[in-house]
Amino acid sequence: MLGKLDWSAIPLDQPIPLIAGAVVLVAILGVLGWVVVKGHLPYLWHEWITSVDHKRIGVMYILLASVMLLRGGSDAIMMRIQQAVAYQSQGYLPPEHYNQIFSAHGTIMIFFVAMPFVIGLMNLIVPLQLGVRDVAFPTLNSVGFWLTATGALLVNLSLVIGEFARTGWLAFPPLSELSYSPGVGVDYYAWSLQISGVGTLVAGINLVTTVLKLRTKGMNYLRMPMFCWTTLASNLLIVAAFPILTATLAMLLLDRYLGFHFFTNEAGGNVMMFMNLIWAWGHPEVYILVLPAFGIFSEVVSTFSGKALFGYRSMVLATMAICVISFMVWLHHFFTMGAGPDVNAIFGIASMIIAVPTGVKIYNWLFTMYGGRIRFATPMLWAVGFMVTFIIGGLTGVLVAVPPADFMLHNSMFLVAHFHNVIIGGVLFGAFAGFEYWFPKAFGFRLDERWGKLAFWFTFLGFYVTFVPLYVAGMLGMTRRMQHYDVAAWRPWMLVAAAGMAVLTIGVICQIMQLVVSIRNREALRDRTGDPWDGRSLEWATSSPPPVFNFAFDPDVRGEDAYWDMKAHAQQQSLEHDLPEYHDIEMPRNSPTGFVCAFFATIMGFALIWHIWWMVILGGIGAVATFVVFAWRDHDEYVIPAGEVAAIDRVNIEERRNLVSMAGAV
Amino acid sequence: MSMTATAGRAHADPHHIGVVIEHPGPAPKRIVTAYGFWVFLLSDIVMFSCFFAAYAVLVDQTAGGPRGSEIFEQRNVAIETVCLLLSSFTCGMAGIAADVRNRFWFYLGMAVTCLLGLIFLVIEFREFADLVARGYGPSRSAFLTAFFSLVGCHGLHVSAGVLWLLTMMAQVFAKGFRADILRRMMCFALFWHALDIIWVGVFSVVYLLGSGV
Repeated sequence: MLGKLDWSAIPLDQPIPLIAGAVVLVAILGVLGWVVVKGHLPYLWHEWITSVDHKRIGVMYILLASVMLLRGGSDAIMMRIQQAVAYQSQGYLPPEHYNQIFSAHGTIMIFFVAMPFVIGLMNLIVPLQLGVRDVAFPTLNSVGFWLTATGALLVNLSLVIGEFARTGWLAFPPLSELSYSPGVGVDYYAWSLQISGVGTLVAGINLVTTVLKLRTKGMNYLRMPMFCWTTLASNLLIVAAFPILTATLAMLLLDRYLGFHFFTNEAGGNVMMFMNLIWAWGHPEVYILVLPAFGIFSEVVSTFSGKALFGYRSMVLATMAICVISFMVWLHHFFTMGAGPDVNAIFGIASMIIAVPTGVKIYNWLFTMYGGRIRFATPMLWAVGFMVTFIIGGLTGVLVAVPPADFMLHNSMFLVAHFHNVIIGGVLFGAFAGFEYWFPKAFGFRLDERWGKLAFWFTFLGFYVTFVPLYVAGMLGMTRRMQHYDVAAWRPWMLVAAAGMAVLTIGVICQIMQLVVSIRNREALRDRTGDPWDGRSLEWATSSPPPVFNFAFDPDVRGEDAYWDMKAHAQQQSLEHDLPEYHDIEMPRNSPTGFVCAFFATIMGFALIWHIWWMVILGGIGAVATFVVFAWRDHDEYVIPAGEVAAIDRVNIEERRNLVSMAGAV
Repeated sequence: MSMTATAGRAHADPHHIGVVIEHPGPAPKRIVTAYGFWVFLLSDIVMFSCFFAAYAVLVDQTAGGPRGSEIFEQRNVAIETVCLLLSSFTCGMAGIAADVRNRFWFYLGMAVTCLLGLIFLVIEFREFADLVARGYGPSRSAFLTAFFSLVGCHGLHVSAGVLWLLTMMAQVFAKGFRADILRRMMCFALFWHALDIIWVGVFSVVYLLGSGV
């Protein structure tokens, strides 16, 4: 009746997951209870859960990523403490639990923190920068978000029901095959990634179509803000790479569920095929994450230097070059696995070549700052911190791209330090920069600068104190994923890294404090103009937060830095235009399709993990039926009357006129 | 607020050839939908390419089991191919009928497409059932694993296509040739033709190359 599921799935003998699970459960029930008692449930349902507004969906993506960042961060703290104490002892985490923690840490940080964070920012900002009312497929956008949330839910369910994979974040066979991992851990891993992978693919298709087909009038390709270009490149990579992940995990699942022989040791299966397939997805994946971050830095550096981006076209070219070359370097993840010197040489050279366009970008940012009037607001701090940190990460990357060096450093702590160096220093710093930069746009008030700067400095220093020791430990021969060790020379570095983790934790607390303080002082921090940073692109041309329709009129773009030009023009003309004639606006109607579909997907995923076949069928039918019902509806749009549009837009124009006249007075 | 900028038109002519090409604004819905669906189809083809690659890697790993030439029946495959290619034609007819709002030819075209798809699926299912009955199921060898996965993945797509086809007929029956339903019909036709293209790959790589050896 319930497949493999019985009471033994609850880890009653392990206090850590039980307590963690209980705390999370209490927190969720507490929030739910508060929502119900306060009567916020209808608001939540109508304005957020069923919303197909790209801005709302973007915010929900970022919220999901932030919550998961705390979960993945807790895993990181546990690992650092374990390696600090497990010198010539077992530490406090038993091996099978430690293995689950590093697997969950990697899986969560990549798939449920970094991915939703950048997809959320792209969702929130790209339609605004392109001057359009929504993404190409608003309802599918909601489906994509909720399927991502389903994946995150399943991963976290494994904490208290059953177990998570002990195989590392990419579940290499043969270890991940049924004979060596008979439990449900790998199934939790694979099904949550399959489900959230569908969500990611939907988001990718949506954003590619939005950028290529929905730009406003006059928004030629070479007038798009840099963030739109990097979004395009990143989502092209999603469309081209995520199907590889889907196929690879499908093969692994077929091996595990139906006794196929793709990657088994017997009957002719080929383990190296898994390595090639997973990294053919895995390497583009790191560029999927970091390209949007590059876009964010381009916007931030240009805005806070008060200058147009230096070398715009070389930036576009570099972005698209990275997009293409990222598919030609995957083998550098397994130089040591017998490809031979010729193949290794080719992939080593390709890996070094991809550093060239990245270097072009760094120089472009530096030259943008050169001669500019730089304001060191929090987003700009993250951008400068990124440049310093990412260069170090990039250089160690070029080092391990040299096959002979890689033979020494493969799977060592040096590698761990390298990829944290680029992912934290690149993606996470970028996500934080974007968060600080666009928060006023999303919510209508700025974030507290004092707490923001504290958060930056603690995170920045904490990063170095944590990860420089890992570089050293790697040089001293320490391999990754060690539950305990006996080498005295590594111990001090592990202790320093643990101290660094404490500093990083303070950074996270500052970030939370910043949010709390800013929400409390929101009236004082209110952004009435819609343009708190003296911005250059179209998202600043509308109010903060933007009305549901984004723009009362389709903006007409005449050059790069569209909004900067509009402001310059408006100052000359003193905004003397008559009030224009407003028209009705059609907007897509809200739809529970995404939420309901994800509900059934959760049931189906859970049932697949535990082999509860009747429930699989139930969930599958439910998910398909949801779509048929959605296809059946007669009205998918509603009309905002011209009068309402005018009322909303006039307030915005009035605030903006004040801004312009004040600027003129100075 | 009139959203006009005045940075001059220099950048609309990046190559200084005297021709100013201004982007006209968002594309109409029909274009956007079809474009998005094309992008999806490309991603689907990337997924198939993984199964093709896996087949190419594992084709000689028979583990003492049968080779392709010992189990493929060319007559069946020929009938399957004819069914699918014909169904692409009838699907195209149904698409034209939808464009000119002719219900009779639309239903007829879709019904024949459905029938041909079902014949294809029955033949494929019998081939699979027969192989499993002879002990040549997908767990027999890595070659059979790859064969069943690649051909089965295409078969699953065709099954999904048949279900989609039936809902399209139901939608036209209940709602008529509405603009959104015509857009979906266009996507369905693209999907069905794409499956044909993939079948040409399966036919060539699996059956033609396989039976020669």
